[in-house]
Amino acid sequence: MHGAPPWAALVIALPLAAGVLALLFRGRPARAASVISALLIPGSLALLSGTVLRGGALRYRIGGWGAPLGIDLFADGLSIVMLWMTAFVGTAVTAYSVFYFRGNAEKERFFWPLWMFLWAGLNAIFLSGDVFNLYVSLEVMGLSAVALVCIAGGREALTAGLRYFLVAITGSLTYLLGVAMLYAQYGSLDIYLIGEAAGPGPAAATAAALMTAGLLAKTALFPLHFWLPRAHASALSPVSAVLSALVVKASFYMVLRLWTDAFGNALAPQAGLFLGALGCAAVVWGALMAMRQKRLKMLVAYSTVSQIGYLFLFFPMAAHPDAFTGAVYQALSHAFAKASIFLSVGNMMRSVGNDAIEGLAGAGKSVQTSVFAFGISGASLMGLPPSGGFIAKWQLVKASVETGQWWWAAVIMAGGLLAAAYVFPVLRRSFADGGAAGEALKVPYGMEAAAMALAVLSLVLGIGAAIPLSFFWPARL
Amino acid sequence: MTQWMAYSVCGLLLFTIGLYGTIAYGHVFRKVLSFNIMGSGIFLFLVSIAGRAPGHPDPVPHAMVLTGIVVTVSATAFALALLRKMNSETGEESLGPGQEYRSGKEGE
Repeated sequence: MHGAPPWAALVIALPLAAGVLALLFRGRPARAASVISALLIPGSLALLSGTVLRGGALRYRIGGWGAPLGIDLFADGLSIVMLWMTAFVGTAVTAYSVFYFRGNAEKERFFWPLWMFLWAGLNAIFLSGDVFNLYVSLEVMGLSAVALVCIAGGREALTAGLRYFLVAITGSLTYLLGVAMLYAQYGSLDIYLIGEAAGPGPAAATAAALMTAGLLAKTALFPLHFWLPRAHASALSPVSAVLSALVVKASFYMVLRLWTDAFGNALAPQAGLFLGALGCAAVVWGALMAMRQKRLKMLVAYSTVSQIGYLFLFFPMAAHPDAFTGAVYQALSHAFAKASIFLSVGNMMRSVGNDAIEGLAGAGKSVQTSVFAFGISGASLMGLPPSGGFIAKWQLVKASVETGQWWWAAVIMAGGLLAAAYVFPVLRRSFADGGAAGEALKVPYGMEAAAMALAVLSLVLGIGAAIPLSFFWPARL
Repeated sequence: MTQWMAYSVCGLLLFTIGLYGTIAYGHVFRKVLSFNIMGSGIFLFLVSIAGRAPGHPDPVPHAMVLTGIVVTVSATAFALALLRKMNSETGEESLGPGQEYRSGKEGE
């Protein structure tokens, strides 16, 4: 517990330092600092994982001050899994961006510092053990995310970014009021101390409702998803990948953490049913809207609305261990698959010159690796074996059958079919002859390789399911 | 009703007024003012609960308020910069119902 090397602090400090350097020095040094940090984060994370695997959940006091006035970092199995999710996606997106921003120094200048600050915010969220640090980290992540949307420039991105900002700040202030109420009631900010103190009653219920509502707006759970499609679609492709894969997962992680560890004893089962019902509506509505889109990036963004829905099926089945595994697995597999899809879409757009689904003809030849990656990741979204998406949905279906709530299983099955209905038309158009086939351009191979690497990961997640699974069980109990 | 309770109820009231403002008004500047009122409400609530026990006030809510003010000030500055940028690009100051999503090439 004590005296452990400060790997946890390093995991946050590395991207933060790189962000500051990238802000001060533009151009090549900014890129170099970001790439080096992206390579060092997995290393320090491996050391942190080793410590957690050997010694169980750990708490690290920054500067030896300790709570309540100092900052404690906290890491358990769930934190480690989320940090690795961020590290894999983050490293791939960093590699992609090195090629993506070639010849676009003006946007690259803003991208590296903001992306590194975003990464630091994400890691800080996954390593926070108290509700107020979570708030600060959430703001670091949220403000960087909005700024990243806006660097695309132009009417769509600025309007979508400003709408995203207003939803995000209203959401985090609502969360903060919940934090204040928790402190007023229990005199503590520590998630686990609150968890021991909180019992059923209006105080815990009000705080939980405020915090959850604020976080749901940031997670874009139906019907609070209205800001997401435009923000994710109008951003630059590497930014879209990070937003859909990681940023919405961070606020979901907070809901999951709070409901399991802080409000475990305090909430009525109806609250979980309510979140589950919203999740089902999201799965169906997001997929139906995705089918109607004419623009590829809007389709993919609505697919995110749909896939977020599955995460919330955990709450009505929280008593069943497989529901937890299923929801976390869904977060992981969607992160890899959706990041891969957005990167592939970026390549396809660059190749054929626009993102109209009708105009994709020729992409199947010019950027075939990307189209293939889109297909593999699409299979994970549908939940086809042997992808990670299959394992996630299988666990959720198993939990729903074993808890006697078969209706969730029906929605999961239907969601898979609906996903097929929006993924296949894209592939069909990409392999079509004619259209712009003659003019379709090649893209740098690094960009295709990054998309493919994430697609392979989403597949490996299904085949090698035992590795991430081994992480949560011993550490969680 | 004791003094700290009166202040904390005022804080909650301010929060609610601010929340209403962020939803009800279209003009982005009004929304920015509204979320500042939400923030002030929370800070008033925190400061008032810090003083509820006799003796020294509790330092933890004060630390939270200071941090919260830093976050809100930067968020406000960012929002205003973004609003000006949007206004110079589109000539509008409210978000309104958006147009059909248009996109073409990216990364130019």
